[in-house]
Amino acid sequence: QAAWCVLPSRVLLVLTSQKGIQMYESDGSIMVYWHALDVAEHLPVHADASSGLSAGTSSGLVLVFDIPPKGTNITVSEVLEQHHDAITDIAAELGQAPDGAGDLVTADDAGTLCIWSTGEEFTLLSKIPAFGCCCASVKLWNGIVAAGYGNGQIRLYEAATGLLRAEVNAHARWIYALDLAPQTGKLLSGAEDSFVHIWKLSRNPDTDNVEIEHCHAECVTDTQVCGARFCDPEGNSFAVTGYDLSEIYCYGRA
Amino acid sequence: MSARTLPLLFLNLGGEMLYILDQRLRAQSIPGEKARKDEWTDVDRKRVMNDIITTMFNKKFMEELFKPQELYSKKALRTVYDRLAHASIMRLNQASMDKLYDLMTMAFKYQVLLCPRPKDILLVTFNHLDAIKDFIRDSPGILNQVDETFRQLIETYSCLSAGEFQLIRQTLLIFFQDMHIRVSIFLKDKVQNSNGRFVLPISGPVPWGTEVPGLIRIFNHNGDEVKRTEFTTDGNYVTPQREGSFDLYGDRVLKLGTNMYSVSRPVETHMSGSSKNMASHAKENIVPNPLAKEELNFLARLLGGLEIKEPGGGETGFRLNLFTTDEEEEHAALTRPEELSYKVINIEATQEPGRRAELSRILGELEVADPRPASSGKGED
Repeated sequence: QAAWCVLPSRVLLVLTSQKGIQMYESDGSIMVYWHALDVAEHLPVHADASSGLSAGTSSGLVLVFDIPPKGTNITVSEVLEQHHDAITDIAAELGQAPDGAGDLVTADDAGTLCIWSTGEEFTLLSKIPAFGCCCASVKLWNGIVAAGYGNGQIRLYEAATGLLRAEVNAHARWIYALDLAPQTGKLLSGAEDSFVHIWKLSRNPDTDNVEIEHCHAECVTDTQVCGARFCDPEGNSFAVTGYDLSEIYCYGRA
Repeated sequence: MSARTLPLLFLNLGGEMLYILDQRLRAQSIPGEKARKDEWTDVDRKRVMNDIITTMFNKKFMEELFKPQELYSKKALRTVYDRLAHASIMRLNQASMDKLYDLMTMAFKYQVLLCPRPKDILLVTFNHLDAIKDFIRDSPGILNQVDETFRQLIETYSCLSAGEFQLIRQTLLIFFQDMHIRVSIFLKDKVQNSNGRFVLPISGPVPWGTEVPGLIRIFNHNGDEVKRTEFTTDGNYVTPQREGSFDLYGDRVLKLGTNMYSVSRPVETHMSGSSKNMASHAKENIVPNPLAKEELNFLARLLGGLEIKEPGGGETGFRLNLFTTDEEEEHAALTRPEELSYKVINIEATQEPGRRAELSRILGELEVADPRPASSGKGED
């Protein structure tokens, strides 16, 4: 996996591979850090201004890195040991977290989700137990955790309490990708069943219930969708990739 | 990538190979009393199937196979099947072997792609093994070997999580990526498009453990369901009837991995339609493979476990043609596009002296097999 990690003071190119985690200056010129790992599989990486840079391992550890504004003095500042299975995804709060809600969520192969508050130190706020299904993708917005599972379900949880607020029988196959448009709360889901769906998340101000409604379905004929991303922060356009597909398909509102 | 993929890849491809060989041998067989000395009979067919299956499920070979390891290149794997296909009195020309391998790989690619759940890849494997056991049902000795492998599969894979199976599935899909050879039986059944891509149905039963899409449920902070809404799509899914069995014996329910060939449905492949991928294939042939040494080691280990019977005495082996006529086979050999050539690794042609000595030693060991009755005539069991 490769990711641009945009931090307040610098941009790093982070590559995860069989050798472990490697970090480069944004022009790829110098390798500034290398954390070797024994078993190498898919390693999710996440970075943002508030939570810094974190990476998940296949043994379930979440490594949090301390990145100085310049130079190569990068160290592992924390090792979070709450998961027992390979980390599948890490996501940070994309909107405004209500009081008490966490700002980072980590998901694993078994389907367990952990919600953290970041800051000086990472603190575990709540742990959402697995229900027997792998969680491959997760997003956090305005205190709502959106999780996509291998059995095709999307579930919404309250980040502050870990309570289940919505359950959607969204897809007929494994959900590979979730993306969220922070300005509107639109959620994009892509799965192996060839479908991409757009949903709208919201909070009912009277009941304080989390709501989710279906906006649009797109069938990418004969394609198992592997990646799906909004192309703008309002969610008016999105791009899709699939297995055996050498093109990226872009969709926009007419 | 998963280091547990090879046994599943090998056994399923092997299963497809046996389906195809069985169909072609039946299509070309002549009733015993009418056959000339160089024509196939039913007895020959059974013998070939027995020989290949015995070689495939050889204990030492299986031990090597089940060791955690990376998947090697298509070239390396193809070399193993070349050897396997020649484990008996049957001989295949290059063109027929190429066609056989094309059919095997496209069939298994289709099965992996359409697996409802990642775990169902195991059911596909069991379907192949169930069929293999039927091929040799009159030979208890070989049946035992196959059951042993069956048990080892159950032991190795039953406890894996869905995530681990999905990783295995992804490893396989990457191995098969960009292969779009058109198979006429797939085109006729409309499971493959004319551009070589497989048709992914958006109807039928959902995987076991998945709900039919459409329902949205909202819960309040007490956990009570307070609202239900539905959405519709073009998909037309239904609930599955039951789950397939993962035991040694049982109804697998899933049809993927069962024998789709029969004597009346000859299988052809079309070579065109893959020109878009020429660039990627060309690259693969030019860049020296950094894993070449590891591949040779892998082949040496794996083939070291294969006890290949060379035809003894005056027996020259009987040629099986995967095409309808000899002329067709010749034509196929001449017109096969460059990017689709498998460039089978020829072990004897290795230049490096040290490697050559090592491989010669292993190949030499193949001659010193367990004492077995020498093959003296095609009629002997």
